[in-house]
Amino acid sequence: MTTDRILPVAAMSLAILVLWYAGALWLNGPQAVEALNRLGDGWGTADFVRQAFAMKRPILPTPDQVAVELFQSLTGTPVTHIRNLLYHTGVTAGSALTGFAMGVVLGVVLAVGIVQVRTLEASLLPWVIASQTVPILAIAPMIVVILGNMGFTGLLPKAIISMYLCFFPITIGMVKGLRSADPLALDLMRTYSAGTGQTFRLLRLPSSLPFLFASLKVAVAASVVGAIVGELPTGGQAGLGARLLSGSYYGQTVQIWSALVMAALLGVALVAAVGVAERALVRSGPGGGR
Amino acid sequence: MPAAPSPSLPPALTAVPPPAPFAEPGAEPGRTIVDVRNLTLTYQAADHPVYALSDVSLSIAQGDFISLIGPSGCGKTTLMRVIADLEQPTGGTVLVNGMTPEQARLKRAYGYVFQAPALYPWRTVERNVTLPLEIMGIPRGERQTRAREQLERVGLAGFERKFPWQLSGGMQQRVSIARALAFNPDLLLMDEPFGALDEITRDHLNLQLTQLWRRTRKTCVFVTHSIAEAVFLSTRIVVMSPRPGRILDVIDCARDLPPERTLDIRESPEFQRIAHRVREGLMEGHSYDD
Repeated sequence: MTTDRILPVAAMSLAILVLWYAGALWLNGPQAVEALNRLGDGWGTADFVRQAFAMKRPILPTPDQVAVELFQSLTGTPVTHIRNLLYHTGVTAGSALTGFAMGVVLGVVLAVGIVQVRTLEASLLPWVIASQTVPILAIAPMIVVILGNMGFTGLLPKAIISMYLCFFPITIGMVKGLRSADPLALDLMRTYSAGTGQTFRLLRLPSSLPFLFASLKVAVAASVVGAIVGELPTGGQAGLGARLLSGSYYGQTVQIWSALVMAALLGVALVAAVGVAERALVRSGPGGGR
Repeated sequence: MPAAPSPSLPPALTAVPPPAPFAEPGAEPGRTIVDVRNLTLTYQAADHPVYALSDVSLSIAQGDFISLIGPSGCGKTTLMRVIADLEQPTGGTVLVNGMTPEQARLKRAYGYVFQAPALYPWRTVERNVTLPLEIMGIPRGERQTRAREQLERVGLAGFERKFPWQLSGGMQQRVSIARALAFNPDLLLMDEPFGALDEITRDHLNLQLTQLWRRTRKTCVFVTHSIAEAVFLSTRIVVMSPRPGRILDVIDCARDLPPERTLDIRESPEFQRIAHRVREGLMEGHSYDD
């Protein structure tokens, strides 16, 4: 990496850190003052700052508190242990990726149907859109309860909630992508009297790939949200959602923020992975020369 | 306004050979390839009907190089798209090799070169040329041989593994010509293939095209709005005029210009005379009106 790229990132990170510490000072201030007053009168600004940045249950933990918590959680116990955040991240990632895979299949199938069968666009698309206006927080417990009743617990209900969030951007992007083929290129296929299947495989599908990958990035981030939301009503045994829930039960804000940071890192990693796949597939094309 | 051929034309030069001795063995010179009779195409615009083609009749023989010339809106592209079954006429008949345009298209009777190269960006140059062969189910090995042959023919040997974006506009258009030649159609339909190129490239490609035509003796229909290009390439020039799109004049060039043409014949008096007649035809059709 060159300095041109490091500098803006570093400047932005610094700005966020400064704002974060300022926010912690402002939000934790009243509690800190209270605590210091209980100890006595003789405290100065330095004491105040130290107190505000080192609360046990701060309103807003400082970055260093979160970092220490993350470090202890990641290194203090083995990866398979329930107290290790990586274990919970793995659980969440598992259901997110399963839901993502299901969402990709559903989204692509719907898009192909909508593009190839004219009546499906009128009959299906409104339902696809309507499905996304239902608040996921409201429908997630229902899905968990219903599937639990049918004997499905654990990964599957969470994956289905992820899928529910995932398929929508994929359908919309893919419909647009499948229709993005150059009219001249379509005419060209016609002059070769290519069949519908050939036109689809050789032209429509490859032209849709850039759109598909843009949608996949949105969808994979949404799949993490879906998995976390799905973990909230499942009772909170494992997963980042469970950590968030138990953190909020016991007022462990540092634990909540650590889980949030892990969730963010997971999302970034998954989007980056989609980006890598995109570079491998879209640049040279399927079966391309390089 | 009825079209009247200019009466002041001097008789053909005696030194010019009769138009058939250079035909490929096996080809029947003079056999009608495209037969257009009383073709009419009208479509309904917002508030008034548009007469894209009005009572157009034209017969194109085996080995002909026909240029359709005229201002925008004269129906030259529409006429060619009707021949290619990309557009449906509202009246009249078209026969291609004695078949309807649709039958001819299904039998892959023609290769079509569009105004833009319409190359698939995710395919290498070679795989762009093999595209029609792939659709026609020709085995991989032969596809490659044929593609290499055609790329060499248009002077692009060594560019097989490049991607379209790595080529200049003129090279891309040559790839699209190689693609049209790849499945060896008897009829080549070219819609302003050099319209977007600079004059130097255009001259170069015109020279290559006339040599290619002389070698292969394919029947060519060429749409252009460059008078010099039309005169240089054609055996016959069809002058068209807009509102309604119709044929004003058909000018025979094979009588006065040698079949073997180099760029300097453009300075010859015969060339100038034909160009003048084309220009007069265009003026008669009010093509220069605002």
